[in-house]
Amino acid sequence: MKKRFLFLALVLLSLVSCSPQSSQSTLTVMTHDSFAVSEDVVKAFETQNKVSLVFLKSGDTGTMLNRAVLTKDSPQADVLYGVDNTFLSRAIEEYIFEPYTSPLLVNVSEDFKENLAGKVTPINFGDVCINYDRQFFSSHNLAIPQTLDDLLKSEYGTSESGAPLLVVENPATSSPGLAFLLATIAEYGEEGYLEFWRGLKNNGVVVVNDWDTAYYTNFSASSGKGLQPMVVSYATSPAAEVIYASSPLTEPPTASILGVNTCFRQVEYAGILKGTKNLSMAQRFIDFMLDVQFQEDLPLQMFMYPVNQNASLPSEFEKYAQAADNPAVLDPALISEKRDQWINDWTEVMLP
Amino acid sequence: MNRIDLRGIGFKDSGIALWLFPLLLLLVFFFFPMGSIMAVMFSRTDIIDLGQIWHPLGFTVGQAVLSTILTLVAGLPAAFVFSRFNFPAKGFMRTLTMLPFILPTVVTAAGFNALLGPRGWINLALMDLLETSIPPVTFLNTFTAILVAHIFYNIAIVIRVVGSAWAQLDPRLEESAQVLGASPLRGLREVILPLLKRPILVSALLVFLFDFTSFGVVLMLGGPGFATLEVSIYTQALSLLNLRMAGILTLLQLTCTIGITIFYTKVSSNQTVPLFPRLQGEGTHLPRTWVQKVIVLIVMLFLFLLQVLPLCALAARSISRLEADRGERGEVKTGLTLDFYQELFINRQQSYFYVPPVRAMINSLFYAGVTMVISTAAGTMLAYAFVKKPWIKRWLDPLIMLPFGASAVTLGLGFIVAFNRPPIEAGSFPMLVPIAHSLIAMPFVMRTVHPAISSIPESLRQSAAVLGASPRQVWRHVEMPIIRRAFIASAVFAFTISLGEFGATSFIASPKNPTLPVAIYRYLSQPGAMNYGQAMAMATILIVICGISVWLLEKLQGEKYAGT
Repeated sequence: MKKRFLFLALVLLSLVSCSPQSSQSTLTVMTHDSFAVSEDVVKAFETQNKVSLVFLKSGDTGTMLNRAVLTKDSPQADVLYGVDNTFLSRAIEEYIFEPYTSPLLVNVSEDFKENLAGKVTPINFGDVCINYDRQFFSSHNLAIPQTLDDLLKSEYGTSESGAPLLVVENPATSSPGLAFLLATIAEYGEEGYLEFWRGLKNNGVVVVNDWDTAYYTNFSASSGKGLQPMVVSYATSPAAEVIYASSPLTEPPTASILGVNTCFRQVEYAGILKGTKNLSMAQRFIDFMLDVQFQEDLPLQMFMYPVNQNASLPSEFEKYAQAADNPAVLDPALISEKRDQWINDWTEVMLP
Repeated sequence: MNRIDLRGIGFKDSGIALWLFPLLLLLVFFFFPMGSIMAVMFSRTDIIDLGQIWHPLGFTVGQAVLSTILTLVAGLPAAFVFSRFNFPAKGFMRTLTMLPFILPTVVTAAGFNALLGPRGWINLALMDLLETSIPPVTFLNTFTAILVAHIFYNIAIVIRVVGSAWAQLDPRLEESAQVLGASPLRGLREVILPLLKRPILVSALLVFLFDFTSFGVVLMLGGPGFATLEVSIYTQALSLLNLRMAGILTLLQLTCTIGITIFYTKVSSNQTVPLFPRLQGEGTHLPRTWVQKVIVLIVMLFLFLLQVLPLCALAARSISRLEADRGERGEVKTGLTLDFYQELFINRQQSYFYVPPVRAMINSLFYAGVTMVISTAAGTMLAYAFVKKPWIKRWLDPLIMLPFGASAVTLGLGFIVAFNRPPIEAGSFPMLVPIAHSLIAMPFVMRTVHPAISSIPESLRQSAAVLGASPRQVWRHVEMPIIRRAFIASAVFAFTISLGEFGATSFIASPKNPTLPVAIYRYLSQPGAMNYGQAMAMATILIVICGISVWLLEKLQGEKYAGT
């Protein structure tokens, strides 16, 4: 009788390991959990190229990058999409990419193409900014802070009820949290940023681990109706608040602070993974991601901005989303070299 | 699971077949990936700062000890009430207390937020009562939140493990003690507790290991001020990309786990007193005296407040709209709506990754079903092997506990490193999810079933055999009725572990086939009231499905054997 067990187990194992493989060729794209795309955009690429696309969602950006690095001898995918400028140098150092320069890059602003060495292709960007609760500021006759320095003023510290006004994410566990830390480093330099954070701590700031806690539990203008009227989120979040409102809204309940160096620009890249057996198809997919159809789809799917200057924005974006004019910029190589140290130093100051 | 056929196993052969399959599972799906990833981790040259080890280690041990003690204190009275009394809605309460154990942390955190958050129902009510705009209760991001969430999660373990053993105890033991003049309390202390030492230890060990490797609760409810080893491993590996440091922390966590298991094996190796087990229902009665009535009432009230209220708060949030009044930040008005549920069925953005809730449900139930089959089979085989050959238990017992105490983050990375070539590829091999779940569930099954099997007096089998029963008949008519309750409890455990599991699934499941917890998390990662509402609606659906599954399992099993 015990044979029946082993038999059952073996049958189960063997059955599923030879699950049907379609004869059509496939292109596998490794990406992070936040990746989203419209059905017809995927279909369009599949029919144009007679290929089926498989998406391998691999956790957050750090997990995805780990997966790509750990499997570089036996690549799991042909294309990696979603590595951003806070992780980029790490990815390039590990030699996981096959160089490719897409002809469509002519439509992309020079700002996005620096320091890439033809390894990866910029696809989209988004600004990590402080969102504020418009109603709170108007009802308290409080001016909107315009600079990081403003956040150290007492009126932006705690409200009359004693609750801090700002909630930020832990840069060790959250990518917007890390982006905001980088914005402060761009503003105050490596010597001064910890001083700013000490000041912020004294003035009152709430630190939480992840974006969804910050936004849905602590932020007062989200449906969580928390206590903090300012949160580190994205410049496109106000547009999402309108699109995903529970009852129709004519204007968003939130807006972003877009002063000099208050926002950090996250750029996401796609690259071809070394060892792919579909090199030409992978190149075609990179071109496709840069082309107008995909670029115009991504704002409403991922709440990011397209890099292709020919892509037009959806009306909700034109109306409610804002991109920063002077976002904070840091050299990716410097980020790669120092990010661990910055995070550790920040942790020592903020979470002793 | 009714199909699982153990007839005739053991008692006539060497027993290798009993432990070979579980051992193979363990070797291929635990040691191989763990070994592969550890080799990678220690071949790296990342900078090591040993100073970063002691703080998380101390915190991990401290919170786990405290959480375990509190869970036992809260769980033992509940185990007593469930195993000795009949009362209205008993089955319903049993099912409800099991629910939290299943839930992914995303849902639990949302539940506690809906109940005790700054705009949770309790704070809303208190603010209304006290006419203030400051929420009086601060719960989230505190140490208390971690402890409460750990009790919330793990009290089911104590209730099930200790409760099923308690129900097996011959009620005449208590009665004799009382006839001989012992007070109920003395009877409890000197007769019952010594006899229950083993199941209490089993449950304490399981609870401790769960708390020791706690991740989501600490990250989401405890906040950035607290970090267990598992949280540090996550930060080091996935955020700082310091794999060597993550490797060292993983090794430390594993060492502690092995230490605990070996210690446990030693303590519990004392021979169990064979107790003539009872028929189902014997020894349970309606609470007779007013003291008993009060005890039952208090315990049930406590369980309701701790286990059920956060879930109700979440369900209430899924059908209500919170809107702040214009200009008044403190005031929040609520209205009822079913929009969030309706919206779940609409692919508004024509997203490629949209998954209808029914599909996510089916995925979850499929994985849970397969997990239940694999782990109850493997776990029960192991339990038999251990009873039959105690020397196997000595070396295999600590080993099978390892997946349970190993870092889920590291194991997830291990799966990626080890299974990236055909025939087994993470992401396209659908059995990987239930197998990963089974590795975690298997020690549970073994621990729950083993005491029941070893409590069967050899004389019972012999008498049956003397009276002409074949080994198969002995198993079916003598052993199965005795181990039935433990067997069912373990199957329910296995099923539910899989239903709520989030970490491993998000690593290795294919994105077109997400489970319910993964689908919930997707909604939570975008701004907008509709997204939040849909996450709450999906979470409520998960809670209902889990509740129905647990209830059905218990009912079906109960009826099948009631007739035999």
